[in-house]
Amino acid sequence: MLKNRSLVSISDLSEDDVNNVFLKADEMLGYINNSKKINIMNSKILATLFYEPSTRTRLSFESAMHRLGGSVISMADSKTASVSKGETLADTIRIVESYSDIIVIRHPLEGAALLASKFSSKPIINAGDGSGEHPTQTLVDLYTIRKELGDINDKTITIIGDLKYGRTVHSLLMALIRYNVKINLISPENLRLPDYVYNELKNKLNITISSNLEKYIDSTDVLYVTRIQKERFTDKNEYSKLIGSYKITLKEVDKMKDNSIIMHPLPRIDEISPKVDITDKAKYFKQASYGIPIRMALISMIVGD
Amino acid sequence: MEKTLKISKIKDGTVIDHIPAGNALKVLDILNIYENNSISIGIRVLSNKIEYKDVIKIENRFLEKIELDKISLIAPSATISIIKNYVIIEKFRVDMPDKIRGILKCINQNCITNSGEPVKSEFNIISKEPLIVKCIYCKREMNSDEIIKNI
Ligand SMILES: Nc1ncnc2c1ncn2[C@@H]1O[C@H](COP(=O)(O)OP(=O)(O)O)[C@@H](O)[C@H]1O
Ligand SMILES: [Zn+2]
Repeated sequence: MLKNRSLVSISDLSEDDVNNVFLKADEMLGYINNSKKINIMNSKILATLFYEPSTRTRLSFESAMHRLGGSVISMADSKTASVSKGETLADTIRIVESYSDIIVIRHPLEGAALLASKFSSKPIINAGDGSGEHPTQTLVDLYTIRKELGDINDKTITIIGDLKYGRTVHSLLMALIRYNVKINLISPENLRLPDYVYNELKNKLNITISSNLEKYIDSTDVLYVTRIQKERFTDKNEYSKLIGSYKITLKEVDKMKDNSIIMHPLPRIDEISPKVDITDKAKYFKQASYGIPIRMALISMIVGD
Repeated sequence: MEKTLKISKIKDGTVIDHIPAGNALKVLDILNIYENNSISIGIRVLSNKIEYKDVIKIENRFLEKIELDKISLIAPSATISIIKNYVIIEKFRVDMPDKIRGILKCINQNCITNSGEPVKSEFNIISKEPLIVKCIYCKREMNSDEIIKNI
């Protein structure tokens, strides 16, 4: 049961919890597709506290709450808000909890959501804490695989790009421990998974590490692409040289097997050619759209009666 | 017996013994010392025929829980002897607490506990040998050297 519980880390959720969220999300998807109005969050208020810029995550939480018939209050741009006046997060939370029924927080520091949950009697949802976790994104990723491929088990999931700094990748890998999957991690040498993450996973997941996508692409069911940020390279020539070999174009798509899919947490810059968008493998916009039923499911299970 | 008596006997107080050689000054650093506490320190004294250790003897001082917890992280092998009227009335090995609250600063500058919030740092013990603790907030792990520098 998720009722009145905070969601700080994906590991707060049991396997049953995750399955229940997916079932609820299926139900929500039905309402969305039939444009059916539901008012189960009538008279409930969701507060979004975003101390860091975000477009999609924030909008999707707000959209989800509106679709449930509830209301949303939001902190103005964090530069003008109480942060710049030096108020602690603990104080802000103690005030906002009296204004709302559930609080969604994104913060640049690791552990911020856990701290918020300790100062709030209302449930907190972590929408990203520094390079820490982003559990609702992880649920959206898992749900996408389940919806598009029927099951998460017995799949080969190839993750490519920045595996060092990408928090979505770390959270996703942690969540995949529960499933019977084969993982290929493809990245340039300097953007490999950090040791502390790898050590936690190596005995629990079947992982292959490589710099070469070519070798793994034809056996892949899910190609999960992430962005390689230019800033990660001191030598810009090295970046330009590398980026070509990690770009997904129609050539790569051709090598993929039937019924395989391409995902991306978005925003994408140039790691997936726009020409790929019209292929039946491209599921990244679909993935973004699943953010709504998943967040509707979570909010209704946490706040609902 | 003669070996330890290079340092004079104390009437009442505490002996912190079996500190890993070289760590005595770090232990001293975290102790609360008052005016009437005479202290003798033995650095690299022979503990048996092969191994060296450090020893600290503090007169008129019995350690508090928080000091014992800190010593358990700096010198997990340390033993504490409580001396009354020249005799050891109690002797025990320091015991690592299950949760380390408020005595260690997280090494991650980007951790919420380092940003002036009204909250104590908190770590779980991942492994005792070698010592590894993990911040419950940012999940960052710290090893023995990092712990000693941040205690
Ligand atoms: N009255 C005392 N004054 C100062 N140090 C003492 C006194 N009695 C015992 N010690 C010291 O306390 C420590 C613990 O004593 P003991 O149990 O005999 O040794 P160990 O732990 O090495 O087996 C030793 O370093 C010993 O020299
Ligand atoms: Zn920390």
